[in-house]
Amino acid sequence: MKHDFSELRLDRVTRRFAGAGGHAFAALSELTITIRRGEFVALLGPSGCGKSTALNCIAGLLPLSGGTIQLDELRIDTLPPEKRGFGMVFQNYALFPHMTVRRNIAFGLRMQGVPGSQIASRVKHALKLVQLTGQEHKLPGQLSGGQQQRVAIARAIVIEPPLVLMDEPLSNLDAKLRIETRAEIRRIHRELGRATIYVTHDQDEALSLADRIVVMKDGVVQQIATPHEVYAQPANLHVANFMGYRNVVELDIVREEGTRVELSGPDMRLVGTRKQMGPGTRAVVAMRPEEITLGEGPDGRNTIVARVDNVEYAGRDSLVDVITSSGTRLHVRATSSPALGDEVRVHVSPERVLVYPVA
Amino acid sequence: MLLLFIYPFIYGLALSFTPPKGDWLANYRTFFTSDHLWPTIWTTLKLALPATIVNVGVALPIAYKMRIKSSYQRWITTILVVPITLGTVLIAEGMLTYFGPKGWLAQFLQYFHFYDGSIRLTHNYWGVLISLVISGFPFAFLLILSYITGIDPVLARAASTLGADPFAQFRHIYLPLLAPGLAMCFCLAFVQAFSVFPSAVLLGAPAGPTRVISIAAYEAAFEQYDYSLASAIAMIMGFVQLLIVAAVLGLRGFFYRGPVSGGKG
Repeated sequence: MKHDFSELRLDRVTRRFAGAGGHAFAALSELTITIRRGEFVALLGPSGCGKSTALNCIAGLLPLSGGTIQLDELRIDTLPPEKRGFGMVFQNYALFPHMTVRRNIAFGLRMQGVPGSQIASRVKHALKLVQLTGQEHKLPGQLSGGQQQRVAIARAIVIEPPLVLMDEPLSNLDAKLRIETRAEIRRIHRELGRATIYVTHDQDEALSLADRIVVMKDGVVQQIATPHEVYAQPANLHVANFMGYRNVVELDIVREEGTRVELSGPDMRLVGTRKQMGPGTRAVVAMRPEEITLGEGPDGRNTIVARVDNVEYAGRDSLVDVITSSGTRLHVRATSSPALGDEVRVHVSPERVLVYPVA
Repeated sequence: MLLLFIYPFIYGLALSFTPPKGDWLANYRTFFTSDHLWPTIWTTLKLALPATIVNVGVALPIAYKMRIKSSYQRWITTILVVPITLGTVLIAEGMLTYFGPKGWLAQFLQYFHFYDGSIRLTHNYWGVLISLVISGFPFAFLLILSYITGIDPVLARAASTLGADPFAQFRHIYLPLLAPGLAMCFCLAFVQAFSVFPSAVLLGAPAGPTRVISIAAYEAAFEQYDYSLASAIAMIMGFVQLLIVAAVLGLRGFFYRGPVSGGKG
């Protein structure tokens, strides 16, 4: 068992399950990624996208149907989980209900045969790291959800694993605690510098925690990139949808020059930026509500005329729904609240109109 | 409740203290001084304890192996339920033909010369023990299986990521969480085995080595028509059962007895 590594390489990792009618379907197909020492990688996608399957394959809890996993020169996909020694944090924490906090955290060290005096000092250190000193004699059932989660994290990291795996660790916590624990996870990762793979369906979590995000859908990787790139330059329409590009409009292509595309519809003319090549004379544009502004654009370009249909006050700004004369609905985040039924102009910069092929 | 359980018990208890002749403890004195009566406690314990230990001890690893839901599990469960529905008398009949001196098992062993001596597995201690295992095992198995499948399998997976091999997962996770259930299962299986009657008569040697306590009670009641003595024997039988059950449940107090899942969710 190794405590450190420089690269974890997943090569075409595939996992198939027997589906209905005896047809095998791939819950995960051909995941290829290299994770470097100390890196924080988030697997992001809706439920059923294969992100948890990927995590279980790496942990050794699910055998692969194809592909290999290597930790530097060591091939690990054939090893049982107990020989891999990756620390894992489970969605429902999976704390041993019959053991005290201390014995839960010490479990991994006991299994590795670490001498008792060392166990005591390492458990103490781990308790301090997750700020649970003083709770060590309680049973998991006597702790709050947030405390249980911190015990689960301490139990996973106390064995000094080369890799920490987290399976939606915050999904059972309430909103406030989720943000606190998120910061906690970030801090612990910074202090220990352990490579971490973090599974989540929440893009905010992925964006705020990860060095790199792997966006998945139906078992297939859609994009592997930094949070900023995934947020600002989604590789395809699916990623764009998932990252909050709520305005999706299908238009005719008028002219195309490099990545610059001119498009038109019955009541709008837009200039956009090509993100994914595709055939056909029509294309889909994706725009974020935050990036559409009320008012006319410079020299009246990329401006859409529409009528206000709904206004939702959201504190710092308002979410305004507008409808064009042909019935296209657009969501806009606006600092001012126009009145219902008003005719307004909205505009968006050409760099923020992302153009994808029609699905 | 009162009418079904408490009244018959009180009536029997009172009856046992009112013998036809002698003082109120005469029946109990008779039981503990008669060489014909008190050794039946040991005879019964010698059958019931090993049978219970075998049943619980064998059911545990098999149920552990079968904890993952599969069609395979459903089949085995169905097959094991059969002896429960058959009843002890039918099992005894079947065993007489299968395990008897001229039964299939004896003929098979002798034909292939695995064992050439005479094989007697009926009308003695072994006959009764085997029948107690056959009738008691499915019960213990199903009970333990239901306890095991109640334990969140994520706990064992968590243990495996922390370096616990399959044996350590059993030893540190499943066994401690199962302990209270195992104690309960042991008690139920023991009480069932301790009140053995039909197989002790049909498959055993009711005059000697398998003259269990319930036979003694039966003889007192229906051969000597001494209901008072029979009640006393029944009370002693109940007391011995209570003693063992109390001891086992007392041990249970040393183990964790809380929820068996690993947290919220």
